[in-house]
This record gives sequence, C-alpha cells and structure tokens, in this order.
Amino acid sequence: MNKIALAQRLWPALLVAAMLVALWWWLVRATHSVIFPTPWQVLAAMAELARDGTLWEHIGASLLRVGAGFALAVCFAIPLGLWMGWVQGAYITLNPLFQILRPISPIAWIPIAILWFGVGNASPIFLIFISSMFPMIVQTVAGVHTIERRYLRAAENFGVSRYTLFRQVVIPAVLPQIIVGMRIGLGVAWLVVVAAEMIALHSGLGYLIIDSRNAGNRYDLVIAGMIIIGLIGLSLDGMMRLLEGHRLVRWRYAH
Amino acid sequence: MPTKIVVDRITKSFGSDQGALAVVDDISFAVGDGEVVALVGPSGCGKTTLMNIVAGFEKPDSGSIHIDGAPQLKPSKQGILISQHGSVFPWLNVQQNLMFGLNGHACDDKQGLADHYAALVGLQGFESNYPHELSGGMLKRAELARALVVKPEILYMDEPFSALDALMNLRMRNELLRVLAEERHTVLLITHDVEEAIHLADRVLVLSALPARIKASFEVTMAHPRKLSSRYVQDLRVAILRELGVYNEGE
Ligand SMILES: Nc1ncnc2c1ncn2[C@@H]1O[C@H](COP(=O)(O)OP(=O)(O)OP(=O)(O)O)[C@@H](O)[C@H]1O
Ligand SMILES: [Mg+2]
Repeated sequence: MNKIALAQRLWPALLVAAMLVALWWWLVRATHSVIFPTPWQVLAAMAELARDGTLWEHIGASLLRVGAGFALAVCFAIPLGLWMGWVQGAYITLNPLFQILRPISPIAWIPIAILWFGVGNASPIFLIFISSMFPMIVQTVAGVHTIERRYLRAAENFGVSRYTLFRQVVIPAVLPQIIVGMRIGLGVAWLVVVAAEMIALHSGLGYLIIDSRNAGNRYDLVIAGMIIIGLIGLSLDGMMRLLEGHRLVRWRYAH
Repeated sequence: MPTKIVVDRITKSFGSDQGALAVVDDISFAVGDGEVVALVGPSGCGKTTLMNIVAGFEKPDSGSIHIDGAPQLKPSKQGILISQHGSVFPWLNVQQNLMFGLNGHACDDKQGLADHYAALVGLQGFESNYPHELSGGMLKRAELARALVVKPEILYMDEPFSALDALMNLRMRNELLRVLAEERHTVLLITHDVEEAIHLADRVLVLSALPARIKASFEVTMAHPRKLSSRYVQDLRVAILRELGVYNEGE
C-alpha cells in the first residue's frame, strides 16, 4: 500500500476521532466541570507520566504479565486443542467441562487467584492463562474438525507416518484457525490484565487508573491510562494480524 | 494379461431420512494389469462411491475387492486416488506436495525425483509455487504428478480433467497417454465425457442411473495414437451415448 492509499484509508477514522475530541472539549467547557479533564489536560498528564518514568513501568508490568500468561496459555491450549480435535474420546470427555468453565468471567476467578497465588504477579498471570486459553482451545478444535476430508484421505492414501501426517497436514491445515484463536486470546488477555491490576496489584496500567482515582480524583491520569490501554491493545492486535499474512497461512486468504 | 483388480458383486447404500438409498447395485468387473478402464454414467449415479470402495476408502455393504488376489481392506500407496475435487495440499508448494508421498521412502534423492515428475507434467519452473499461485490446469497436473511420483501400480482417477477447458483437457489426455506409455499403470478412470473415455481407455463400462449397475461394456480396439475424428471413434461414441440414453436418431 502506498502512502496516498494509506492516507485515504485512514482519514475517515482520524476525522471521527478529531470530532470526538472536539465534542469532549466543548462538553467539558460547556458544563464547567471541575473534575472531568479537557483533552489538553489529559495530554499533559500523559507527558508528565512519560517524563517521570512511571508510565513505562506500568506498561512494562502489564505487558510482562500478559506475555507470561499468554505464552503459558499458548503452550497449553494448542496441543490440547489438537488432541481434542483429533481424538474423539478426548473431545467428548473434555469439551463439556470446558463449555462450563468458558462462560465464567475471568473476574469471577480473582478471589480464587488471590487465595492460590497471593497478590504478586502469579495471580494476574493465572487469570490471563485461564481466560485466553479457552478461545484458543475452541478455535484449534474447530480447526481440526473442519479439515476437509479429501486432504485427510490423500494423506491416508500415501500411507505416511503419524508424525508426517501431523507435521505436514494437520498442523498446517489448522494453523490459520490457531492464529485466529491467538488473536482472540491475546485480546482477552489484555482486557483481563487491566481488570486484575485494578483489584489486586500495585503496578500496571489498571493499577495506574484505580490509583489515580483514589489518590485525589486525578481523572486526567485515569483517561490518559485508558487511552494508552486502547492504543497498546490496538498494537497487540496489529501484531497478531501480521501473523495472518505469514507465508505459512497465506493460502487460506488467497481467494 | 494378468488380472489386477477384481470387483465382485459389490453393493452399497446410504442411509437417509427417507430410508436407505441404494447407490451401487451388484457390480462386478475385472481390470487387467496395465489396462485402462473407463467408467461412464449419468451424474449422481454412484461412480465416485464405486471408486471410493474400489480404492479402499469405503466399505461395501456386501461383495469384495481383490487387488493382485489379496483382499482390498484399506487404501495404500499401491493405488493412488485422484479425487474429483482435487486434493493438492494448499499449504505446501508444488515440490513439497510431490515429495509428500516419498516420506519414509528409502530414497536418496527425493527432491530430484519430485522435480523429474514436475517436469514430466510440464511444471518445471513452478516447483516453489503454492497451489493458489497455479492455474486450474496446472493444479490438476500437480495432482497427477504427485500420484505418479510414488510409482503406484494403480491410478484411480475421478473426473480428473472435467473442470478444464476443451483445449487443456485434450492436452492433459495426451500427457496422460504419454506417461502411461512409459510407466504402464493400471488405470480406473471416471469420466462423463464419452470422447475422453474412448480416447484414453482400453475398455469403457457404461453405468446405469442410480443405483449404479453395469449396463454395457465396449472394447476400444483402436491403436494409439487415436484419431478422434475417425469413423471408428464416432460410431463407438454414438453406441455409448445410445446406451446412456442421450442420443437421438435425428441428431
Ligand atoms: N456419504 C454419503 N451419504 C449419503 N449419500 C451419499 C453419500 N455419498 C454419495 N451419496 C449419494 O449417492 C449418490 C451417488 O453419488 P456419487 O458421488 O457416487 O455420484 P457420481 O456418479 O460420482 O456423480 P457425479 O458424476 O456428479 O460426480 C448421490 O445420489 C449422492 O447423493
Ligand atoms: Mg463423482
């Protein structure tokens, strides 16, 4: 995509954002609110956080938790999903259990996380693991179940070993779905880390928000934190989207 | 000519809401070693089902299949099926697809062998292309090459060229004939194109509408290369079309 095309794609979204900011600014002025900050105050708050270094500490803390919990979930969910998708017995045994656990909001796990893991980093990592694992399992299982039979038959016809079957047929066939699952999982992980930090922790972007409110109604910092959370979430999703363009899965999006 | 495939009184029906649908009804035939037998029949008459059973992918309700005298229990490398809808793996490139069947082979130069067969079907220079980067005809040739690489004794071909335009169809037939002249595979070929059947086969079996039965059998005695405009081919074509019930005297 060249620069002009990119600009043409972006300008409607930027226009809407600019209009929202203008509306926000106008509303704060019109209502003479003393607590709700203007866009300019929020920007100043962000600059302040960036300058004294606390912003980077909070971002680092949140990203580290997401990274650890998500990595654990990937290592657990993908092999499990492949197994459940491939072995019918595993599917009928485990699927009902996961279907019951899946609708439980990750927030509901917070008391148990604190009970088991205390108030350190282990609690949010556990919560992220729990919540990002389910979408990845579901997508991986669905991926295995939707492999077209003609491909499995072709593999059967050539009489290849189980190892080759998995390495050259099953895993590449499911990979696009796994990446979709990872995208969803990472999105959920980012939602959950902020919630967990608001309740049980003393660092991270969620903590920044709740602490700013408690310590003297600093709503400029609250909104600055929210905007940063949004922007980082967007970049995380963008990174997962890049995976969708990878050589190994491009076949899926070729038509 | 020794017998390669013996199909003995097989039947098959599929269960549905309206009860059982008989699809294959008491079919018996034999295919000689190196013989090319074409199956023609109306659409939906059970050709694919019959071939899946012969190739070992599905079980008949009754009857048996023997290959070289041994019962056919499951698919093997000995007979490769080229499916109607194509089954070249979209996530592997042409060369990886061709090398797929060679996994576990005690063979030093898999890549060389794959490239040899790619060249044989006119795909040299496209070894590193992915299937979505090939044309429909190239994809069919890749599928054929992938089957040929493992040197199967039998090729089961389910309408291999029917999705191609007339020109490409004719080219692929000639390429197949060239390969068969070199490697002498036994071929069971499904087609709905009577002319294609006469062009390629030593024998044409005409199947009835659902459930499939063998209605008639025609030997094609003409030597290769066959001239399709010849009187012989035209007369045979008319006879087969008449068996299929789609030929009017007025035409
Ligand atoms: N797995 C299945 N379950 C139920 N019915 C089936 C199944 N497979 C095929 N049939 C039915 O069996 C009949 C024959 O199907 P088949 O695919 O063998 O036909 P065909 O002769 O290959 O047709 P075409 O020339 O259109 O490819 C059809 O009526 C089809 O609906
Ligand atoms: Mg068919």
